[in-house]
Amino acid sequence: MSRNGFDPTEAYRLMTRMRLVEEALVTAWHDGIVPGEYHSAIGEEGIVAGILMHLAGHDATLLDHRNTSPLIGRGVDPESLMLEVLGSERGMNRGMAGHMHLMAPEVHAGADGMVGSGGPLAVGHAIANTALHPGRIAVAFHGEATSNQGMLMESYNMAAAWKLPVLFVCKDNKWSISTYSKSVTGGDLVKRARGFGLAVETADGTKVDEVHAAAGRLIDRARAGKGPGYLHVTCHRPGGHFEGDPIVRLLKQPATQAKVWGPGIKDGALAASGTRSDRISGVAELGLRGARAARDWTLQGRKDPLRRGRRLVGAAVADRIEAAQRAEIGAAIANARAAIGPRRTFGVQPVGAR
Amino acid sequence: MSAIPTARHARPATATPTSAPTPTATPTAVRTEPMTTTTNRTETRHADTNTPDPNTPNTDTTNASTPNSSAARRTGGDEAESRGTRRMNYGEAIDYALGIAMAKDERVVTWGEDVQLTHRDLLARFGNERVRDTPISESAFLYAGIGAAMGGLRPVVEFIMIDFATVGWAGIVNAASKFKDFSGGRWEVPMVIRAGCGGWYSDGGQHEQTFWGQLAAYPNINVVCPSTPADAAGLMLAAVESDEVVVFLEHQLLSEQMLDFLGGDSRPTVDFSAIRPAAGASGPVPTALTPIPLGTAALRREGCDITLVSLGVGVHRCLEAADTLAADGIEAGVLDLRSVSPLDSAAILEQAAITGRVVVADEDYLGGGLTGEIAALLLESGLGIRYARVAVEQTIPFAPHLEYAALPNAERITTAARSLL
Repeated sequence: MSRNGFDPTEAYRLMTRMRLVEEALVTAWHDGIVPGEYHSAIGEEGIVAGILMHLAGHDATLLDHRNTSPLIGRGVDPESLMLEVLGSERGMNRGMAGHMHLMAPEVHAGADGMVGSGGPLAVGHAIANTALHPGRIAVAFHGEATSNQGMLMESYNMAAAWKLPVLFVCKDNKWSISTYSKSVTGGDLVKRARGFGLAVETADGTKVDEVHAAAGRLIDRARAGKGPGYLHVTCHRPGGHFEGDPIVRLLKQPATQAKVWGPGIKDGALAASGTRSDRISGVAELGLRGARAARDWTLQGRKDPLRRGRRLVGAAVADRIEAAQRAEIGAAIANARAAIGPRRTFGVQPVGAR
Repeated sequence: MSAIPTARHARPATATPTSAPTPTATPTAVRTEPMTTTTNRTETRHADTNTPDPNTPNTDTTNASTPNSSAARRTGGDEAESRGTRRMNYGEAIDYALGIAMAKDERVVTWGEDVQLTHRDLLARFGNERVRDTPISESAFLYAGIGAAMGGLRPVVEFIMIDFATVGWAGIVNAASKFKDFSGGRWEVPMVIRAGCGGWYSDGGQHEQTFWGQLAAYPNINVVCPSTPADAAGLMLAAVESDEVVVFLEHQLLSEQMLDFLGGDSRPTVDFSAIRPAAGASGPVPTALTPIPLGTAALRREGCDITLVSLGVGVHRCLEAADTLAADGIEAGVLDLRSVSPLDSAAILEQAAITGRVVVADEDYLGGGLTGEIAALLLESGLGIRYARVAVEQTIPFAPHLEYAALPNAERITTAARSLL
C-alpha cells in the first residue's frame, strides 16, 4: 500500500500548500484576528509531507499543537480550517475547537492539546485497526520534549509489547516550550526508543526525500504486522513555541525585550536576600538560554525544508506549483477573513456577534 | 465522610434550621473589602461602605488595561508606591509574595514548566536550584513535589494551566489528599500547587477550565482563587505558610502571564481591556505583606436586596451585574469567596440572611461543584433562601462570541438575579 516511489512534485505541492496556509494564519494572528494561541508548523513541512505521502485516507494521524500543516496535508479544506482558527462557527469544528483542538474524523486526523496524548491515542487506533481493519496504521506526531511525558513512554511500551501498527514520529526541534530540552532530558532519545523495542530510523527533517525513505521502511514494516516504529527527525521552529514567543522577541528585538525583562532580572539579582551563588547561577542560566537560542535560530534557521524541496523539482516546476497554490490559498484566506469581518480584538464580542 | 478529621465545609453552629432570615442588615463579621479600582463604579459601590479602603492608590491609569506592557507596569508600580502599598499586576503580586516567602524560608522552592523564564526575577534572585525548570512530565513532577514536601521542603509546584495538572491528577487526589490521614496526621504535605485557570480570552476547552469545585471535594486540599493583586499576594503567602496542600489558582484573565504572549508587546493589534477587569489585573498591594487566612470571604459590595457570590473573575462580573441592577433600584451585594475550600460558610449564610436571595456565579462546571455545594449549604441552613446559579454547562467553546455566552457573564448573572426578585 505504501507509495515508496518518491514523487518530488507531489512533495513540493504539499509542502507549499502547508506553508502558505501557515503563513496566512500567522499573518492573521499578528493582525489580531486569530483568537488565542497559534503554534505554526513552519519548518516541519518536510517531515509532514514525507510521512503523509505514505498514508491512505483510512490511516489515522494523531496530532499535537502543530496540526495545521498535517491536516492540510491530509486533505482538509483550507478555508474551513481557517474559519475555525479565526473563531467562526462556520469553521470545520463549528467554532468549538480552535487551533489547538482541530478534529477531522473524515480523514481520521485529530489534535489533542494534552502533550503526549497522541501516543496512547495512536495505540488505541492501532488496536481498533488490528481488530477491524488490518493493514491500516496509526501515526503519532510529537516533539522531543514530549519524550519526557509518561503516557507517551507508556504507549511506546504498549505498542512494542503488542506489536501494534503504530509509527511514532519524534520531531526534534531542541526546545521544550522555552526550556532547552537537553537540560531536562536524561540519556539519548534514539537509544531510549530502541530500549523500548521499537524499530528506529532517523532522518534530517528538512530533507523531505530522506524523511520519505525512512518513514517508508517503518510504515511498510508496521503494515506487515512486524511491529511499531520510531522515526526521529530533526527540525527547527523559526516562529518559536508559539506566535508571540518571548524568546523569538528577544532575538528579533533584543533592545525592546531587554527593556521589558531587564528591570525585573536586575531587581532579582540585586535583591538583598538569596545567596550570591544563587544569584550568579540564576543570571547565568538566563544568559545560557539566550545564547543557545541565538545559536539555534542562526544555524538552524538557514535550513528551510521548502528550499530543499524546490531544488528537487527545479525552479520552473516549483514556480508553477507555487502560483497555483498561492491562488487557491490566497482565495481561501480572503474568504475566511471576509466572513469574520473587521475584528481588532477578541474575547470582547457581544453575544451574537461574529 | 464525617470520620475524616479535617473535613471541609463544616457548618457553623449558628446555621441551625431555626435561624430565620433577618430582613434588615445586621452587623457583619464578614470582612468588608471593597475593591479599589479606577473604573467608574467606585462611587455606587462605596456608597454604603463604612470602611473606606486606606490602600486606595493614587490615580494610575497607565497599566490597568494593558497587561502586556511590562515597562509601563514597573514604572506605574514605582509611582504608585505610597501609604504602604505598591501598585502591582496580579501575577507580579503573586511572585512578590513568593519572593518574600523564599527569602524568609530557604525550604521554599519552586518548579514547573518554564518557570525560570516566566519567573525570571525569582530565578535571578534565588538561583537555578530553588527555581527549577521541569521536563514536560506533569505526573512525575507533581508527585515529586509531594515527595519533596514529605522530605522537608516546602515546594511550590507550578502548572502553566490547571488543565495540564489533570495529567498528574493521581498525585493530587490519591497522594497529596491522603498521606496526612494515612500517617495518622504525622506526615504533612506542605505543598502549593500553583496553576493558571479560567478563560475569557479564547484559549479553548482544554486551556480554560478551573476545576476548583472538583478539587475542593478531596480531603486536606485547600483551593483558592484570588480576584485582586492584593488578595493574590496575601493568599500566596498564606498558601506557602500552610502545612497543608493548597491549590493556588491564578486566573489567566487577571494574570499578565498568558495574556502577555497573546497581546500587547507580542501583537499590539489585540487589546483585552474591554473584557479584562481592571481592578483585578492591577491594584495596590501592601508592601508589608500579611497572609490572608484561607477560607475567609470578602464582601466587595453591600446590598440589601440580593447577594451575588463568586470568586476570581466572577467577582468582577458580579460587580458589573450589580451596577446594572442598581440602575433599576436593586441593591445587590457581592461576596468574594476567595477560597472554595475551606468554604466561608458563615459569610455566605450571613449575607444570605440579610438579603434572602443568593445567586452564585461560578466559572466552573454546573454539575457536582461549588453552585451545588452552596445550594446544599443554604438548604441545610433552613433560612428559606431563594437561589439561582450561573455556571459553565458545556465544553468551553473557542470562538470568542460562543465562549462569552458559555461563561458566567454579567448578563447571565443579571438575568438570574432578576428571576429571584
